[in-house]
Amino acid sequence: MSEPVMAVPDPMVFTPIIIDDDLCIGCNLCVLVCQADLFLPHPEKGGAPTVFYGGECWYEGSCVDHCPVPGAITLNTQLFNRVHWEESTPS
Amino acid sequence: MMPQPRPWPYAIEFDQVERIDCDVLVVGGGAAGCMAASGAAESGARVVVLEKAATVASGASGSGSDHWESAATNPCSKITPEELTDAMIRAHDGFNNGISHYIETREGWDRLLDIEAARGKIRDTDDDFAGAPFRDEKTKLLFAYDYDNRFNIRVWGQTFKHAQLRSAKRKGVKFVERTMATALLTEGGRHGARVIGAMAINGRTGKCVVIRAKATVLCTSRPTRIWLFIPGAPGISEFRPPQCTGDAHAMSWRIGAEFTMLEKAIKAEWSGNRSFPPYGAGNNHNSWYACTMVDAEGREVPWLDRDGSELATVDERYRPAPGQKFFLKGGGEPDIPVYEFQGPETLSVDDLMARGYKLPLYADLSKMPEAERRVIWGVMIGNEGKTKIPIMKNYTDRGFDPSKHRLQSYGDGWKSGAFLPQERQFFGLPGGLMNDWTLMTNVEGLFAAGDALFASNCYGHACATGHYAGRHAAAYASRVGDVTLHEPQVEAERSKLYAPLRQAKGVSWHELNFAITRLMQHHCGAFKTDQLLMRGLDALAAMERDDASRLTGQNPHDLIRIHETRNILTTAQIVLHSCLARKAGSKALHFTRLDSPDIDPPEWNKFVTVRDSGSGVAVGEKPLDYYGNLPDNYERHNRDYIDRRSKT
Ligand SMILES: Cc1cc2nc3c(=O)[nH]c(=O)nc-3n(C[C@H](O)[C@H](O)[C@H](O)COP(=O)(O)OP(=O)(O)OC[C@H]3O[C@@H](n4cnc5c(N)ncnc54)[C@H](O)[C@@H]3O)c2cc1C
Repeated sequence: MSEPVMAVPDPMVFTPIIIDDDLCIGCNLCVLVCQADLFLPHPEKGGAPTVFYGGECWYEGSCVDHCPVPGAITLNTQLFNRVHWEESTPS
Repeated sequence: MMPQPRPWPYAIEFDQVERIDCDVLVVGGGAAGCMAASGAAESGARVVVLEKAATVASGASGSGSDHWESAATNPCSKITPEELTDAMIRAHDGFNNGISHYIETREGWDRLLDIEAARGKIRDTDDDFAGAPFRDEKTKLLFAYDYDNRFNIRVWGQTFKHAQLRSAKRKGVKFVERTMATALLTEGGRHGARVIGAMAINGRTGKCVVIRAKATVLCTSRPTRIWLFIPGAPGISEFRPPQCTGDAHAMSWRIGAEFTMLEKAIKAEWSGNRSFPPYGAGNNHNSWYACTMVDAEGREVPWLDRDGSELATVDERYRPAPGQKFFLKGGGEPDIPVYEFQGPETLSVDDLMARGYKLPLYADLSKMPEAERRVIWGVMIGNEGKTKIPIMKNYTDRGFDPSKHRLQSYGDGWKSGAFLPQERQFFGLPGGLMNDWTLMTNVEGLFAAGDALFASNCYGHACATGHYAGRHAAAYASRVGDVTLHEPQVEAERSKLYAPLRQAKGVSWHELNFAITRLMQHHCGAFKTDQLLMRGLDALAAMERDDASRLTGQNPHDLIRIHETRNILTTAQIVLHSCLARKAGSKALHFTRLDSPDIDPPEWNKFVTVRDSGSGVAVGEKPLDYYGNLPDNYERHNRDYIDRRSKT
């Protein structure tokens, strides 16, 4: 293979995962556990991974669950999947 | 924001081949696969697991599970394995896997103890629920559904994959991760001959892996994305994880494995664009059983027993009806409850409207007794698959308080959405690989476990059948001599792996997968006819010839998705052949034919099987009770296991 191998993202309609680059310590645990393998690690050690194949997200949250830094990664429910709740009525 | 194209971050190894030898190869490291590996290793076999993702969090319950069904031999159960399996079979008019469910009821509790021994949490050891009606004070087990009969156990399933992986590794099992099995290798490369290994590809480096094995256990679960595909969000096309595309179905079909019941697909209940997140909208089933539902004005929705008598208390929702020995979860299958095993249920939405209830409905945990509220929102929603982060954490962060708030419901029962009749799904107990009493398929050396088997579902079932298949595969491997791979077959399969890289311009896997689902909705939707099904087969064959051959990708990740899509195309064809082979409608199979008015004529009361004979599709049949007497046959095939357990 003479051509360099490239990663080309799919069109992303939703933003399933948000990484806070300032909080992320680049441990890559999210990259390690993701079933869909949708992250790409940062080329430099310690850098934040990229949500690359976001359309393949199953929204199960293992990335958030395994993250050692609270708030560094957030699972972002799509707007159309936001469930409503309200105060319940007295019994 | 869209990320930019960039150089591939992992080392590329398209030109490398890794060779691995073992006694037992397990394909898929989910619930069944991890247990299969342990079962085989305990029998002394050298075991390798191929896992497409990372085992610690892979599979349908990689992010958790909240209840373990049908543990009939747990010390508190009042129901025997025979009674429970019989109920499961009859609740599906006989269209069920008697062998695998008997294994589930008979050995499920043993597997739960194995998981506990590897630090999985199965008991309320902190006494958080002391005195609750669903707790056994001596064993500290918490039960779900039928509190009288106590065979479904609430569990901290978040801990289970960790425990299973730990346990298998301790037994010397080798895990080859991020690696997708793509083809089975046979003796002499012949169709239908004994399976002696598999081909695989690493999804990060593109390296080819060739495995030589004396026995192989397929644990890749059931197919998805046959009828449902969401462009832009393929990951939520289905309830099951996106990488579980039923690869074993396609791989084993190509070498002659036999399938049954794949004509059964129900109107979809759960997935991305039509339903709200599973277990995340107001409902009263599964994890949320038996939550109080209220209407828009706060009026409580009545709960009824199987005879239609209104239940006065919350506690009665967890008890069998007068004169009923026990009830299955939700009456067997939610759509077609069978009176004998039917559990309590709320009034249907139609009946509620007729009685003047106002939409929308809500699930109102604040109206549940405190222990029930805590066990549903805490243990269940804290441990179910896809709930700890998307529901429990995210709702809590947004201010949801189960003691104060009611959660809106968007559909009938647990469905949280409304699908069209042609949008089908393998849900509940769909078809799959046909098995004998050792969980071997019709192909020698090829075993299956978990949701790859026909009429299979649930974590406990996957673990029980996994261990069982693993130890029978090990026994088989110990009886056969060394195996020799047929190198031309290896070379041919290796060349197929990389063909999409050579395709400069072509079709993306997204486009092909979407096209397959459209085609299936039109030709294999709610109503079947021979003509439609045959037209569908022609169209799929054309797609295979003209379009699948043009699938194009650039890197190892693309290759994985492409090979999955090819498998989806193959499985769609198995489904059409299965539908063609059944000539009359069947209620239990959700199978309706427009060209035959008959529903369940006695002569079709049988399993219809299909396989690729090498020169066309061979249709066969087996009686619904082909498994014979359950305890007798079980004991005949498992003397060693029974003796070993009785000693410990
Ligand atoms: C959200 C959710 C919640 C659930 N909750 C419960 C519950 O509370 N209780 C219960 O009893 N059941 C529950 N279930 C069902 C239960 O999880 C499944 O029945 C069970 O996991 C099936 O086990 P399995 O090993 O057959 O499949 P899985 O556990 O799905 O494992 C399949 C494995 O195969 C791997 N794989 C796939 N293709 C390949 C390939 N080509 N090569 C290599 N590896 C491959 C996958 O990555 C995966 O790890 C739930 C299911 C879901 C989706």
